Amino acid sequence: MYPAAILQPATANVPDIYRKEAKYEFVKLLRTRSFSLATIGFPVMFYIIFGLANRHAFDGSVHMAKYMLAGYACFGLIGSALFGIGVGLSSDLAAGWLELKRASPMPVSAYLFAKCAAAVAFGLIIVTILSLIGIAFGNVHLSPTELAEMLGMTMCGSISFASMGLLLALIVPANAAPGIINLIYLPMSFLSGLWIPIKFMPHWLQGIAPLLPTYHLSQLMLSIFHYNDTMSLITHWNALIGFTLLMLGISRLLFHRKEQNA
Amino acid sequence: MPLTAIAYETEVQSTNGPQIASKQSIASLTGVTKRYGNALALDRLNLALHPGEIVALLGPNGAGKSTAIKLLLGLIAPTSGSTRVFGSNPREAATRTRVGAMLQISRITEMLKVREHLDLFRSYYPNPLPMPDILRIAQLQGIEDRLFGQLSGGQRQRVLFALALCGNPDLIFLDEPTVGMDIEARRGLWAEIRVLAALGKTVLLTTHYLEEADALADRIIVINKGRVICEGTPAEIKHNSGGRRIRCCTTLSSELLQSLPTVTSVERNGEATIVTAVNAENVVREMLRRDETLSGLEIASPALEDAFLALTKA
Repeated sequence: MYPAAILQPATANVPDIYRKEAKYEFVKLLRTRSFSLATIGFPVMFYIIFGLANRHAFDGSVHMAKYMLAGYACFGLIGSALFGIGVGLSSDLAAGWLELKRASPMPVSAYLFAKCAAAVAFGLIIVTILSLIGIAFGNVHLSPTELAEMLGMTMCGSISFASMGLLLALIVPANAAPGIINLIYLPMSFLSGLWIPIKFMPHWLQGIAPLLPTYHLSQLMLSIFHYNDTMSLITHWNALIGFTLLMLGISRLLFHRKEQNA
Repeated sequence: MPLTAIAYETEVQSTNGPQIASKQSIASLTGVTKRYGNALALDRLNLALHPGEIVALLGPNGAGKSTAIKLLLGLIAPTSGSTRVFGSNPREAATRTRVGAMLQISRITEMLKVREHLDLFRSYYPNPLPMPDILRIAQLQGIEDRLFGQLSGGQRQRVLFALALCGNPDLIFLDEPTVGMDIEARRGLWAEIRVLAALGKTVLLTTHYLEEADALADRIIVINKGRVICEGTPAEIKHNSGGRRIRCCTTLSSELLQSLPTVTSVERNGEATIVTAVNAENVVREMLRRDETLSGLEIASPALEDAFLALTKA
């Protein structure tokens, strides 16, 4: 051992902290039935009701069951990111649990990483289940490349909406969080065509969609099947990344203000 | 103590050298004022902890006890004054590896097992206490595989106590550790806190249970409205409140009793007379000599509660 190592305080195994923090965050969410059953159950139920009903429906070359698979995949992954982080973090804050963790040497980044990793994991589970249902019962033809691209897009989407969950957790009181998140999540999902393809909605409603981050994510997901709209993919990516950075920037500002007042 | 910890402490002291006010104190608040908006939580508070002692911070609600603990944990910054823990600023992460804390928490993750909570907290520290030791000290054997949400109130407090031990800290803060526990569970936790003292740990606990401070602490610091009112051993604190109470039936007049040395007050309550005196033995000897009919004699130390009420009323 080098002498310098003796003079320094031994440090904890940092990768181990990240791994355990993420593992237990995932285990916790899985055991919390109100979370795991709702976030997995709702998109699956909706897809079975609305998606499988359209298993023989085509709009030109667009297979409706496959089109809706992309929509409900987005709906599912956004739900898990918003509820997992928004509700989980705001209740940790309110209960003083985060404060106790911060009094320990735990790096705050490990805590945020764990929340984000759990959201990604749930997103992947939901999208995998939806894809299997589509393939098995919806006549959906999904190439291995398409499935891999969907899962990749799920990771991007989960991380993006995790930032919104973080911001909501910082501004919404814990006891009101589930209600307020639903008030944002459900209309936003509907208006950006995650439930019903956007072209079947009234024209004036269609105009709102491009203002919503959920719309840009869904178009990126649809682009995997070449079902996307006429807007360029660069625009959708810019919108999604811009939205994510905005959410993170405001969260950072709020967090620093809280720190300074402390 | 592990060799690395000794080396670290030496290093920190050499870099800070002359600034350390007292070599003995391992944690201190010096002239600390803390304001929340217009509310003054701490008002030029001084507090020092010495290695191996159990100190109770005693005070009514809103006295500033939790604020003092949060400052020492580096969770909040003082408005003015200085906070030192192991010679460094407690807001630095390195300091936190040697500190454990039990805070007042309304709810922790209920869907994790006791063992999982401990496993996670142990991973934060470079030299954690072995799991069997934690389970033994916090008396969690037999319930380690239960979900936190299935535990009783007392068991939950013991898990929070166990979380404070995970890093094998030298300094432990316990903020109202037995709040909401029944008397039996409370005594159980007291025994666990005494184990820590026996291991050479330094403990700062806040409480508004006076009995608890009396039972555990080497030193009690009474604070109210953000200031230290008095400080001393439990016996000294009781002594400061005006002595012991002598209760009896006597024919001696109040004026005479009042004139005896060290008597601080005389009250008549029906048949009974209550004399408060610092030197109770001498006063009783004198009373017995002067009144052969004296009966129903009782001598009691004031409960710490009375001492405390007398101190915080001012």
